[in-house]
Amino acid sequence: MKRGNPVWVWTEQRNNRLMEVGVELLGKGLELSERLNVKLETILIGNQTRKLADELMAYGADTVYMIEDPRLQTYQSDVYANVLADLIREHSPEILLIGATNIGMDLAPRVAAKVETGLTAHCVDLCIDEDNGIPYLAQVVPGWGGNLMVKIVCPEKRPQMATVRPGVLEKPARNEARKGEIIKVTPDIKDGDFKVKTIEMVEEKAVGIPIEEADTVVAGGWGLFSAGGFKPVEELAEVLGAAVGGTRPAVDKEWISDDQMIGQSGKTINPKLFISVGASGAMHFTTGFLRSKVIMAIDQNPDAPIFKVSDIGLVGDLREILPYLIEELKKVV
Amino acid sequence: MSLDIVVCIKQVPDPEYFSRITIDPVKQTIRRDGIPTIINPLDKHALEEGLKIKEKFSGKVTAVTMGPPSAREVLEEALALGIDDAVLLCDRAFAGADTLATAYPLASGIKKLGNFDLILCGNETVDGATGQVGPQLAELLGIPHVTFVNEIEWTNERDLIVKSTLERGYMKLQVTLPVLLSVVKEINEPRLPTVLGIMEATEKEIKFFNAKDIDVREGTIGLAGSPTRVADVFEHKSKRKGEIIEGLPEDAVKRAVKRLRELKAI
Repeated sequence: MKRGNPVWVWTEQRNNRLMEVGVELLGKGLELSERLNVKLETILIGNQTRKLADELMAYGADTVYMIEDPRLQTYQSDVYANVLADLIREHSPEILLIGATNIGMDLAPRVAAKVETGLTAHCVDLCIDEDNGIPYLAQVVPGWGGNLMVKIVCPEKRPQMATVRPGVLEKPARNEARKGEIIKVTPDIKDGDFKVKTIEMVEEKAVGIPIEEADTVVAGGWGLFSAGGFKPVEELAEVLGAAVGGTRPAVDKEWISDDQMIGQSGKTINPKLFISVGASGAMHFTTGFLRSKVIMAIDQNPDAPIFKVSDIGLVGDLREILPYLIEELKKVV
Repeated sequence: MSLDIVVCIKQVPDPEYFSRITIDPVKQTIRRDGIPTIINPLDKHALEEGLKIKEKFSGKVTAVTMGPPSAREVLEEALALGIDDAVLLCDRAFAGADTLATAYPLASGIKKLGNFDLILCGNETVDGATGQVGPQLAELLGIPHVTFVNEIEWTNERDLIVKSTLERGYMKLQVTLPVLLSVVKEINEPRLPTVLGIMEATEKEIKFFNAKDIDVREGTIGLAGSPTRVADVFEHKSKRKGEIIEGLPEDAVKRAVKRLRELKAI
């Protein structure tokens, strides 16, 4: 029998499809709940979501709190936050994990403020540690500069809330034989509660290969500025059939768009091959591709931290190396 | 009718110097001495939007920041852009705050100023990058919020439709003032300060509020009022091979490509 306050995951749906990051969080949630010997429970807000609830149980949820209302089909900022906060007050979860989609990032801080608890953004790892025999959630985020990681804790307030970016955690295996319980919740929602009303949600198709789906990604950084610009990165990507990404300075230089930014405040990707060009390797960039299968880095500074997280480090002047590399790859791919 | 607009801004280390920031392994605090500071880039878009809305409907734009005395620099810059008032929430008791303990004094400071119709923030800062303070501030002020705002369409002086960026696509949301909006850079092109603006700014006064001035609830500010703590700082150990290939470019490239093939990466 599982006792104690549960581990919760808010699993977001859009157009009645589960967002991947929620499923990824269930994998981590299962690990945490087994360690604490408590239930793994999910909160599912939407309309006609029964099929999604079955999916969630197949991915490990012991309980699915299903909140169904035609008005909640699409994300509604203040009402979703009220519903979630009320459920937290009623059931006192120990931990609440939320996927850091744009909507998750809109919801999580509001809920944390409502129940007056701590919230750690964009964790790259979560685990249970103990302090004098009392288990707590260790939330790991990248620190500034160098290869430092910071462990954040929330010692007194509950739930311990954390957001995690899509792609950071691995998706768990699906097991249709798993059983769980669906608990329907019917909150009292008045039309006047919708102070912000989502009137339209439009999903657009991505242009080109989205970096999070590409097998190969070539990313450029600040070092290209003094080496004559971003063009070689695009040429390299073309030869490899790769998607193009980059660091925040590359976005600031308008070499790439926001949705091509890799790292803590951008995307987390796990391609088969990741090539970094002219990026020194600050932690807030490198956390975005650490789980790639093979990492190659190209930079002129042999001491750059990027080489510590790479399998292959190619050192030299970018202006000399890149044309050779493009030509050499043309021969072999 | 005119609008009272508050823009929340933050002084942050210049991202171009991030690699120079280190963490004190003993005190576990961030060492950012000697790192140049700037207005958080998205906050410039929030200031611009505030000024544009004032020009449209008339009203007053007040910039608020929380930070050490040196944070007055970002307020001076905001004044030079043409805002009307500037407030610095400055008290040692505010130090070490996480996002919730930042939102509390901001909320109290804004309430202290009196009436407000619209609060604007940058969607996130380049240092913390949490994007949490905006929504938390809205909650504490008891007003709705919208994040990732890339467009505002005014139906009239109280009602607006805002567009919010999604991963791929967008949402359109309807809301009535008062509201807090966290903006992204696509919303506008920030203006540059004019010489006249800079001169006028020197005559404007910056208001300083400490913890007592704003009647902030005890136990909600600073490190003591922060639900989260830094428990440890440690080095990240990579399991990568870290093989370095140097030498004549043509030869080094050949060896690197050979390794890529051996690892079956291409």
